[in-house]
Amino acid sequence: MAGKLKIRVDQDKCQGHARCKSLAPELFDLDEFGNAHEVGDGSVPAGLEDKAYLAQSNCPEIAIEVTEE
Amino acid sequence: MSDSASIMPEHPPVTDWVNDFDHTDPAWTENPFPIWEKLRAASPVVHTERFLGCYMPTTYQAVKEISYDTDHFSSRRVIVRDVRPDITARAPPITSDPPEHKPAKQLLLPPFTPDAMKKLEPRVRAICNELIDEFIADGGCDAAARYTKHIPVRAIAHMLGIPEKDSDLFIKWIHGILELGIKDDNALMGAVREMTGYFIGHIEQRRKNPTDDLISTLMNARDKDGQPLADEHVLGSLRLLLIAGIDTTWSAIGSSLWHLAKTPSDRERLVKEPELMPLAVEELLRAYSPVTMAREVMKETTISGCPVKPGNMVLLSFPAANRDPAMFPDADKVVIDRKENRHAAFGLGIHRCVGSNLARMEMTVAIEEWLKRIPDFRLDPAGKVTWSEGTVRGPRQLPVLFGKAR
Repeated sequence: MAGKLKIRVDQDKCQGHARCKSLAPELFDLDEFGNAHEVGDGSVPAGLEDKAYLAQSNCPEIAIEVTEE
Repeated sequence: MSDSASIMPEHPPVTDWVNDFDHTDPAWTENPFPIWEKLRAASPVVHTERFLGCYMPTTYQAVKEISYDTDHFSSRRVIVRDVRPDITARAPPITSDPPEHKPAKQLLLPPFTPDAMKKLEPRVRAICNELIDEFIADGGCDAAARYTKHIPVRAIAHMLGIPEKDSDLFIKWIHGILELGIKDDNALMGAVREMTGYFIGHIEQRRKNPTDDLISTLMNARDKDGQPLADEHVLGSLRLLLIAGIDTTWSAIGSSLWHLAKTPSDRERLVKEPELMPLAVEELLRAYSPVTMAREVMKETTISGCPVKPGNMVLLSFPAANRDPAMFPDADKVVIDRKENRHAAFGLGIHRCVGSNLARMEMTVAIEEWLKRIPDFRLDPAGKVTWSEGTVRGPRQLPVLFGKAR
């Protein structure tokens, strides 16, 4: 059984493409400028693991980290 | 007004693409993909003596390196042209470098977030249906002239708070700047002058009667010292929004319909599985990215191991990067449900297109509404598809017939 996933958006890298928000709205939010950040503390609820990896693999700026706790 | 003295000599046809490329050559305009493949096979960065000296990165990696390197590459000129006159008409933030870039960009970001676009979406759906109403009974149409051309211009006019009926004027200016302007300086300067005069009129009106549109937003903006923006800054940003917001998305919607017209399997899939639209829009953006940008080399450096020298421009081809097989498996195929797609259609780094959320919304809505009303259509074998030249690539004539082929 894999550990729980955690996501983090690197604020220095994010340029607001908003691909993560479009693919995984449960896991990402945008600020008033359209730049992304993880929802809450970045813990990925069970069942949304694929969406976390999908968002990561579509970020043009490679700004999303997914780690296993 | 333009006179013959301002028009540069005709470009000789290209015979040696690797050492003498030209993005205004008819072969490039018609079908650039095999040319990019040839250039990429030769080197990650190629050079031409045309345009007073210009490089082109041919791989995703090289395009990315240049996009991130604002130290060696300036955005003060964003179109590769035959001439490099003194810089007069700036258009912040697209023509800005750090540190001026960030505050100019921050100002424009809030009106273009995905949430802001949701509010505009119903108007765009209505525009699409108004257009379709005009030609659906005809059995076919030039989809570029009757449909895709009008959607972005009306949407951005709506956002700026200027009359949608002035659309033809905007399209004329953009043609002067982005196409004729590469080789004809008077065409470019004339269009910029007319556009500036037009916006000055709208700014004056709003000084007396403030509105809640994007022009007023810019007029009411304050810099970090609490000062309003200089009129020149407001005018520059308005020019940018109008220029960048129109034929770019016109092209993206047009290329998408062109693809769907000749690919029944993708069309049928999108009709049956509308939930695929978000992935499909990204893939169409990757495969037919409309926008090529430019940089100016300020200091000598190396890109992907290739020396790059000041005095040259850079043709920053996001479309070519998006066809790099080292980055995208089956790069030359449209995979309508491609899962992993880090395409660079809207650029990479600090100059990420401020209107990307607007463009995506317009593309999605324009394709959805078209497919709802015209689920079956095909290229008209008696017609000819033509493509725009230069900086923004998309179909300018797209004759299609409605219904299944008999």
